[in-house]
Amino acid sequence: MAASGPVPALFPDVTMALLSFALRRLAVSLPSLLLILIGVFALLQLAPGDTVDALLAQMGGGDPVQIQQLRTFYGLDAPAAVQLGRYLWRLVQFDLGFSAIYGKPVAAVIAERLSVTLLLMVASLWFAAVGGVVLGIIAARKVHRWQDAVISTVGLLFYATPAFWLGLMGVVVFAIKLGWLPAGGFEEIGSGKTGLLRALDITHHLVLPTLTLGLIFLSIYLRIMRASMLEVSTLDFVRTARAKGVPDGAIVTRHILRNALLPLVTLVGLHAGTMLGGAVVVESVFTLPGLGRLAYESVIQRDLNTLLGIVFISAVLVIAVNFVVDLLYARLDPRIRVKGH
Amino acid sequence: MNLSRRALLASVSAAAAVSVLPKFVFAAEELKKGGVLTVHLASEQRILNPSLRASTGVYIITGKIVEGLLDLGPDGKPVPVLATGWTASPDGKTVTFKLREGVTWHDGKPFTSADVQYNALELWKKHLNYGTQLQANLEAVDTPDAHTAVFRYSRPMPLDLLLRALVDLGYVVPRHLYEGTNPLENPANTAPVGTGPFRFVEYQRGQYIVAERYDGYWRKGLPYLDRVVWRFITDKSAAAAALETGQVQLSAYSQIALADIDRLKKDPRFEVSSRGNEGNTFNNTIEFNHRRKELADVRVRRAIAHAIDVDFFIENFLYGNGKRATGPIPSLSKAFYPEGAFPYAFDTKKAEALLDEAGYRRGGDGTRFSLKLVPVQNGEDVPQFATFIQQSLAEVGIKVEIVQLDVAGALATIYKDWNFDLATGWHQYRGDPAVSTTVWFRSGSPKGAPWTNQHGWQSEKIDGLIDAAATEIDPVKRKALYADFVAEVNRDLPIWFATEREFISVTSKTLKNHHNTPRWPSSSWHDTSF
Repeated sequence: MAASGPVPALFPDVTMALLSFALRRLAVSLPSLLLILIGVFALLQLAPGDTVDALLAQMGGGDPVQIQQLRTFYGLDAPAAVQLGRYLWRLVQFDLGFSAIYGKPVAAVIAERLSVTLLLMVASLWFAAVGGVVLGIIAARKVHRWQDAVISTVGLLFYATPAFWLGLMGVVVFAIKLGWLPAGGFEEIGSGKTGLLRALDITHHLVLPTLTLGLIFLSIYLRIMRASMLEVSTLDFVRTARAKGVPDGAIVTRHILRNALLPLVTLVGLHAGTMLGGAVVVESVFTLPGLGRLAYESVIQRDLNTLLGIVFISAVLVIAVNFVVDLLYARLDPRIRVKGH
Repeated sequence: MNLSRRALLASVSAAAAVSVLPKFVFAAEELKKGGVLTVHLASEQRILNPSLRASTGVYIITGKIVEGLLDLGPDGKPVPVLATGWTASPDGKTVTFKLREGVTWHDGKPFTSADVQYNALELWKKHLNYGTQLQANLEAVDTPDAHTAVFRYSRPMPLDLLLRALVDLGYVVPRHLYEGTNPLENPANTAPVGTGPFRFVEYQRGQYIVAERYDGYWRKGLPYLDRVVWRFITDKSAAAAALETGQVQLSAYSQIALADIDRLKKDPRFEVSSRGNEGNTFNNTIEFNHRRKELADVRVRRAIAHAIDVDFFIENFLYGNGKRATGPIPSLSKAFYPEGAFPYAFDTKKAEALLDEAGYRRGGDGTRFSLKLVPVQNGEDVPQFATFIQQSLAEVGIKVEIVQLDVAGALATIYKDWNFDLATGWHQYRGDPAVSTTVWFRSGSPKGAPWTNQHGWQSEKIDGLIDAAATEIDPVKRKALYADFVAEVNRDLPIWFATEREFISVTSKTLKNHHNTPRWPSSSWHDTSF
């Protein structure tokens, strides 16, 4: 559904096939979406304590009458099955409910946070994919030479380093010691910047988080890319191209790269979901107001509606990304046809 | 300069109408207007209304926007804010407050006794945590004129208890915005309107809250700061980094890691101190479930107290911030502290002897019995103390299993399900034992209320002392009753308050006039400047 825009340009003659493909995808996704939501609901019911307990922890106590009032206020006085039924019924009407922590509709709370997480996710994936491809190509071209050794070692180092540690060290070096980058936050508070200046300010704030979240994925992509390039370059069609006298650069970009990219695209699609999870840590370390931190907060505060809302939106996002990935496959490898799925 | 300002403040008698003018004229020579103070906060609040929610996390924000009837002065005694004077009738059932004239809400409407009446009866008595207990016997608030509020109680209300409690539980929000609505859903709960030195500007969820100088503030010429910004930084290391890079200038209520607090102590850019936090003390506690037959035996409870080296814990885990408590009332509470030492010194031999005497001898594997410990992890040191308890008790043959839960889960497990043998967490002392301390010991609290006696403990003597002290209007007799209460608790040890600690603030030295009152992080900051 998210890809309906570029579709005609990509496949002018298969729009209908694509549409039915999208609809089929959606139909397959719906039951799993429902299962995920019920599962999360059940999990939170199993966790001891509800949102009023969390609130009391924050308040430092309260008396029983007041506690009963609050339970009624948050709709917790009904049995769990009734609560789940109410939730699903609201969801059918595209109503995500009311957030207990924030006192406003969940849809509004998520909308505020979604852009930050999407920005961070797209920037990190982009950085990781481009960086990984470039470094992977270099390493493959200079295989077993010193360039390959350096790239592979550094990649391994980043791969083995936990994201939160990398982030904190980035803060220590670039924010505290050198003072080049801000230690956290999404933008300067109350600076009144607009337009391009604001975009630059946000970019400045997002450099460290993007690198932190992206570096681990970059190290994965560069390894995949290196291996994939080396593998493809031994195949017959590459030898044929060489024999034809195709220049070396053209062989790499047109013949090897295009085929070597396939496993990478698969991984990027899978990682879109992983990144939503990894964003929790990075958003906490850099105090970004994103979905990850919201999810964490919702669990701690037992804010069921907000958490279910986040799960719902994340699931939709992952489904959409994978749909785009499927389209990309077809673009990269003409043998894979949308219809063939 | 601070000293002479303090002397000046102290010389102002509490009951007299405070003239702020000389103080300001004096200060104006030294302090300049302007500047933005950015404050670190570790967690977000659901609502920003201190007359509905009593907690330091709410006060540190709303204390600048909304004012109460009273605050604490530098000497720890209540001083006038929206109330200018108070008298109690001889029978202790009527307390009359004179209210400040010429005060306006941030929306321009005048502040009157009708506001106080509404807050007391509709918010403090019905919704405010700890306020509901404090005002349980409040029958009416009369308003003979626009600047007099007469509180009428059905039973005697000790004036010193009421005044000390109202410092935290006496915030006033505008009646005209709340009347006729459900106060829990009122939009002003997240966009507060008050009479304070700063006016609410905006709240970006997950990021920050901004308040700016209110030009119509009743202390003429104040405040000094242009703006106060509160930034939400949940990660403790990130908060320390924000202090070090100058993104925030203040982190109060021990919200960064103890290791970072210790590190920043050596940094000349910061003042790291518990100064200005004397009004908020807390303890590391051990609660016993008296439904367990072993723990129902006072010898076992005493043995546990003998078995744990609290001084070692403070020195090595709390970086020396704190001391061994001597009873349920902290030594900083001068008005009630009865002196004396804690009767059960660290002595593992004595602990073993007591356990043997109680009939719980070591079995073949050296274990006497096993206990389930539930920590309420609302502080970084709580899981550490839990582990310390586990290891200390293993030495004397008691096996402890720690149940790891987050705060909401632990509260439900202990106070709703009673599914624990030992519990550990924090007790917060709020200036007077009757506010939030005696509820830990008084029997008869309905199931489910956290931080109340859900431990299966009952002592007629302790219940009697608690009830008598809550309505005793003679301060001397009240203090004596609490001394008896402490002695009884130390004898029976129904709950053990092991440590006694103050919150720690990290403040940039560029800030002036900070932490000059005993609950400064919660106070209005009207005289704080750069």
